[in-house]
Amino acid sequence: MNRQAQGVILLLLGGAIVKAGITDLSLRYVKEGLRPFLVAAGLLLVAAAVMTLWYDLRPARATAASSPSPQDGDDHHHEPRVGWLLLLPVLGLLLVAPPALGSDAAGRSGSVLAAAPSDAVYPALPPGDPVPVSLLDYASRAVFDEGRTLRDRTVRLTGFVAPGRDGQPMLVRMVLSCCAADGRPIKVALTGDVPSGLPPDTWVHADGTWVARTAADEINQAAVPYLEVRSWQRITAPRQQYE
Amino acid sequence: MIAAARRAGSVEVLAVLLVALVVLRNPLAGLLTAAGLETWTTVFVSVLVQAVPFLVFGVVLSAVIAVYVPRSFWAKALPRHPALAVPAASVAGVVLPGCECGSVPIAGALIRRGVTPAAALAFLLAAPAVNPIVLTATAVAFPANPEMVVARAAASLLAAMAMGWLWLRLGRADWIKLPHRPDLDEMSRGQAFWAATRHDVMHAGGFLVLGAAAAATINVAVPDRWLQTLAGHAVLSVLALAALAVLLSICSEADAFVAASLSQFSLTSRLVFLVVGPMVDLKLIAMQTGVFGRGFSARFAPATFAAAVLAALGVAAVAL
Repeated sequence: MNRQAQGVILLLLGGAIVKAGITDLSLRYVKEGLRPFLVAAGLLLVAAAVMTLWYDLRPARATAASSPSPQDGDDHHHEPRVGWLLLLPVLGLLLVAPPALGSDAAGRSGSVLAAAPSDAVYPALPPGDPVPVSLLDYASRAVFDEGRTLRDRTVRLTGFVAPGRDGQPMLVRMVLSCCAADGRPIKVALTGDVPSGLPPDTWVHADGTWVARTAADEINQAAVPYLEVRSWQRITAPRQQYE
Repeated sequence: MIAAARRAGSVEVLAVLLVALVVLRNPLAGLLTAAGLETWTTVFVSVLVQAVPFLVFGVVLSAVIAVYVPRSFWAKALPRHPALAVPAASVAGVVLPGCECGSVPIAGALIRRGVTPAAALAFLLAAPAVNPIVLTATAVAFPANPEMVVARAAASLLAAMAMGWLWLRLGRADWIKLPHRPDLDEMSRGQAFWAATRHDVMHAGGFLVLGAAAAATINVAVPDRWLQTLAGHAVLSVLALAALAVLLSICSEADAFVAASLSQFSLTSRLVFLVVGPMVDLKLIAMQTGVFGRGFSARFAPATFAAAVLAALGVAAVAL
């Protein structure tokens, strides 16, 4: 690969990374906090591309004077061919743009609710009826605090639907700590007015109450709490799909 | 003349490829809708998106080292005796906040600038594991076991120094084959800086893509269930998590959270996971092959794996 082709690939890669950083595209793959670093890294790549093309397309006087052409050919011979692979992330980000992890990934891993932090404190839920609660928060309160702070409250959980063990849909959200490679699901089983007949990956609000019942995740035996659904509503996927 | 024709070749190939990709965009996206393949693509892209900032900053820092830091600086900064330079370089890893993708090109640049390979390699191994960001993440992931943070730092430093000293005894300089890079000495500083940056991004980045593809494959292909059946077994659980750390290639800032979620496994086996991961994984092996050569990584990766497992087990026996 010659330097001009490398410059174009760097430009595309930098452009794709900048685009992912300034739009919500990156939220499908990484934490929001990485965005400024994506933009900065993308701009550096663009700068490297521009400087590469500038030095290469400049009238040949400087290079021709200092280095004879055979050396140039030799140099060319050693340029990294593996760099062509950098087109794959460009393709992935600009053309394919795969969706955030969904029910397929959720079905592959055990629920993330594994061990209770020993010093966890569960303050009373904020006011609201229903009160919006994250799946992770609901599950922790239900399992590790025996639902003490959930009694007599109607909560609103937001997640996508994934098929559970007995064919009943579960409410799931993926939890990221860094990027989608470490994404693990947090699962809540449903009873009562269960949203049925929805295809997997459909996003819903589910309003309901805590019930003293847990199941074991069939993959890692983590506790999966239940929610007794009073009502539910189909929604569009939120901007930030991970918890 | 031939060279000129070849040169036109790769730009034209690139142009044709790009046009074809844009034209075939919809059928291509359609191919990727099968659920498993879609998950693979998401994981592949996200590993790269996560790694690119660290790669770019590592490459830029290594270009700065290559172009703006004089050779004499390293002679003054590190102890003269190589056996003492190894621990000094390991501890210096504390100041590089980042994950492992950035430290490979930096170690390459240090070797080019005359730092003894043993010290540069100790830095390469220690930096991703002992920096404050990674140790803070570990503390957050293991709130009930603060000893994990100390154990991780101690075992990682121990393994990095052991590998540095092992290199001093057994390592041979001709195992390291740094890739041919345009001769920076003939260029102006600005031109040299950008040439080094371009070359390293293309090179290390290309290998990073290979590693990300491998990691995504393992991520989708290895069912969680297999792991769960190994968890109860003392020896198998250590080997399973050591192997998993290599295969999953999770960045060192996130691996503590994954280790925390593997709660059926003993703390000892999870410490092994945390010590092995930042030192040996598919992504790193691919990048080390690219930056240091095949003969190097074929020897270095297995030895590092053994050193990391032993160091983690040793520290676990004392601290956990």
